[in-house]
Amino acid sequence: MKYIDEFRDREKAAVLIKEIEALVSTIPLAKERPLNIMEVCGGHTHSIFRYGIEGMLPKEIDLVHGPGCPVCVLPMGRVDDCVAIAERPEVIFTTFGDAMRVPGSKKSLMQAKADGADIRMVYSPMDALTIARMNPDREIVFFGLGFETTMPSTALTILQAASEGVTNFSVFCNHITIVPTLKAILESPDLHLDGFLGPGHVSMVIGTAPYEFIARFYKKPMVVAGFEPLDVLQSIWMVLKQIKEGRADIENQYARVVPDDGNAAALSAVAEVYELREFFEWRGLGSIDHSGVRLREPYARFDAERRFALPNVTIADPTACQCGEVLKGMIKPWQCKLFGAACTPETPLGALMVSAEGACSAYYQYGSLKAERAGAI
Amino acid sequence: MCLGIPGRIVKIDDEARKLATVDVSGVKRQVNIACIVNDEHPVASCVGEWVLIHVGFAMSRIDAQEAAETLKILTELGEAQAEIEAMRRPRRRLGGQRHEIYR
Amino acid sequence: MNIVPMMRPRRLGKVNVPTVTLAHGGGGKAMKDLIDDVFVEAFDNATLAPLEDQARFDLADIAAHGDRLAFTTDSFVVDPLIFPGGDIGKLAVCGTVNDLAVGGARPLYLSCAVIIEEGVTIELLRQIARSMAETRAGQGCQIVTGDTKVVHKGACDKLFITTTGIGVIPDSRVLGAHLARPGDVVLVNGLLGDHGAAILGARGDMALETPIDSDCACLHELIEALLAASPNARTLRDATRGGLATVLNEIAAASEVTIEIDETHTPIREEVKGFCEILGLDPLYLANEGKIVAVVPADEAKAALAAMLAHPLGAGASAIGTVNEGEPGRVTMRTGFGGRRIVDMLVGEQLPRIC
Repeated sequence: MKYIDEFRDREKAAVLIKEIEALVSTIPLAKERPLNIMEVCGGHTHSIFRYGIEGMLPKEIDLVHGPGCPVCVLPMGRVDDCVAIAERPEVIFTTFGDAMRVPGSKKSLMQAKADGADIRMVYSPMDALTIARMNPDREIVFFGLGFETTMPSTALTILQAASEGVTNFSVFCNHITIVPTLKAILESPDLHLDGFLGPGHVSMVIGTAPYEFIARFYKKPMVVAGFEPLDVLQSIWMVLKQIKEGRADIENQYARVVPDDGNAAALSAVAEVYELREFFEWRGLGSIDHSGVRLREPYARFDAERRFALPNVTIADPTACQCGEVLKGMIKPWQCKLFGAACTPETPLGALMVSAEGACSAYYQYGSLKAERAGAI
Repeated sequence: MCLGIPGRIVKIDDEARKLATVDVSGVKRQVNIACIVNDEHPVASCVGEWVLIHVGFAMSRIDAQEAAETLKILTELGEAQAEIEAMRRPRRRLGGQRHEIYR
Repeated sequence: MNIVPMMRPRRLGKVNVPTVTLAHGGGGKAMKDLIDDVFVEAFDNATLAPLEDQARFDLADIAAHGDRLAFTTDSFVVDPLIFPGGDIGKLAVCGTVNDLAVGGARPLYLSCAVIIEEGVTIELLRQIARSMAETRAGQGCQIVTGDTKVVHKGACDKLFITTTGIGVIPDSRVLGAHLARPGDVVLVNGLLGDHGAAILGARGDMALETPIDSDCACLHELIEALLAASPNARTLRDATRGGLATVLNEIAAASEVTIEIDETHTPIREEVKGFCEILGLDPLYLANEGKIVAVVPADEAKAALAAMLAHPLGAGASAIGTVNEGEPGRVTMRTGFGGRRIVDMLVGEQLPRIC
């Protein structure tokens, strides 16, 4: 596969690993404690586990798996709202497969489907609109979730529905933004992060400029990274170079896909359709100001939140849950009291056990070779 | 977050609605290309282009030159390492005889 | 001695309406006509033809094949009923034949029970019955008994088929998931994930156009060839639901060993890789319907692989890994990238994902 296979090359990986080892040995801080590099995006977490990258890195590097899995951070109350919409007899509820298993306070969408709700998995919001055209006597609701990468696709689908005059289509908007969340993490006092891998696909939409504050105010290096394993290794190497040279810059390893200015057409669709919410609730992180979007007034008729009466109840995270600490890199997943006992992928309690991309679930599923190594030391 | 996959645009399906067919290793799917077209890059010019696809939308045109640059850096790193390795090896067998190549 | 009494061939009934109605499940003439027209016609054998309530076999005939009976059953529910590379009928025969064959048994007799939703066309049923007959033709195995039920619209999804199989295991053959030993070699007979990708693609929910055909096939002849080359083979399993990863986990757990496979030797076609990249799926967990995992002693591995490669259904065979000492039940993979990861059991089914 073009643009994939060449970025999974074993020999180039071996070269990079040697370079990384050589670099780490020249960084004095690495002799005192491990260097903590956070990959913000769940896609990176997935690549890291899928290719066994953690085990290839020198032990002086600790990867901290960040908050960038929109499914994991979805609060229980919002899932309950989804179930309430989906269980209305006139509704066909459409969703990405990711959201099917996320637990609400009573049930997941998967359970609601088993109970008789008409819930259909789709690959694209466009497919949800197609279902709306084919079922004029039903209400089709699309569960819009994801960061800036996914936001434009939902916006363009709404614009398409508006131009066609489709009246039986709406979106339950749970889109969230990454920058306020990064700020919230950087503000946390007990943070020990030395650098970031920036989210590649969010950046192809928003560009690299929105991260400047990370370098300027917080003096942390960030490298916007691609998702193939060589991309991840090269980006780690670039972060280490910055640490060694005492720099804090926003660099772009993924220039083949990420233009520095982002995507103008996508950004204008986003600006047309959405406005920022005052705050949005995140599972594991609590409420973060300006971290979510809703539909603007002219698109109110496509807004499922305004179209259907929703329970809209906030459900607190389980108190014993330490997701927040894991997200910030303060503890490792297996150090959480609930990990693997009360909280497993079958019965997830915390956000990070919910989706395959959540750090805890990834450790549980792929097994924690890293945890064993840490345990053995 | 945000699964994306490179694919090649093989056909324009609907110029007005900006719909095209992409090919990913022989698997085909209709995608929306509204985000990668503008006055400089009209819809018709997209056939043959490699794009990054996310949830049925082409979100970025893949820059072949940038991809080559990224790989070139790694190739050069590899060559530099190989040279260093070679220098560390004091002797090499050639034609059954020992030659002092590096001191 | 043939226990089935000789009788004059009777005239088979015909169905003259286009679709199945509840009348076809009522036990009267309509039902008899349906069974004759669709199943007796297609399966065409002397044991089934009298339509007794049971098939009858000569024990001595069976005993001539070996010293143990193998007995298995499987239900088939697939959407769509007809898919690239097969249909529910072919699947129902291959699935049960393979379940017998991986135990080392020679498949002899199958049953076929169908549950039909009213409204299904007779032509579709004929097509599927013909497909079952063609699939078992030349397999030395006959469909000798069956059952037909018709249910109300919505009570089942068009057509469900249950097949039960009886086979005989030749003397001295001992295969089992618990018999893998450190040092053994793990083989597969070809490209993985085709069936799962073909079905997901054919369902159309994701609007993907795929050139992938199901690998659905009866594997008992391949298995005979493999066992001739590797008489001390330890374990055979067909990698159906849950794919390669699930079968390896089952073997590793039952044998209390660790299995390590090498990604670069694990054969997956480009189209399946592309399909999985698009939907965020892992091909190791995609279903197969014509693939076995074989664990054989190291000194027989070469011959076993050669025997598979020589068979048309083993043309893509590969030695994918080894059995090792280590944490019991653990399966790991050396990635093509140079890393190592754990290949665990899935919690539920794989769902397409965007993140």
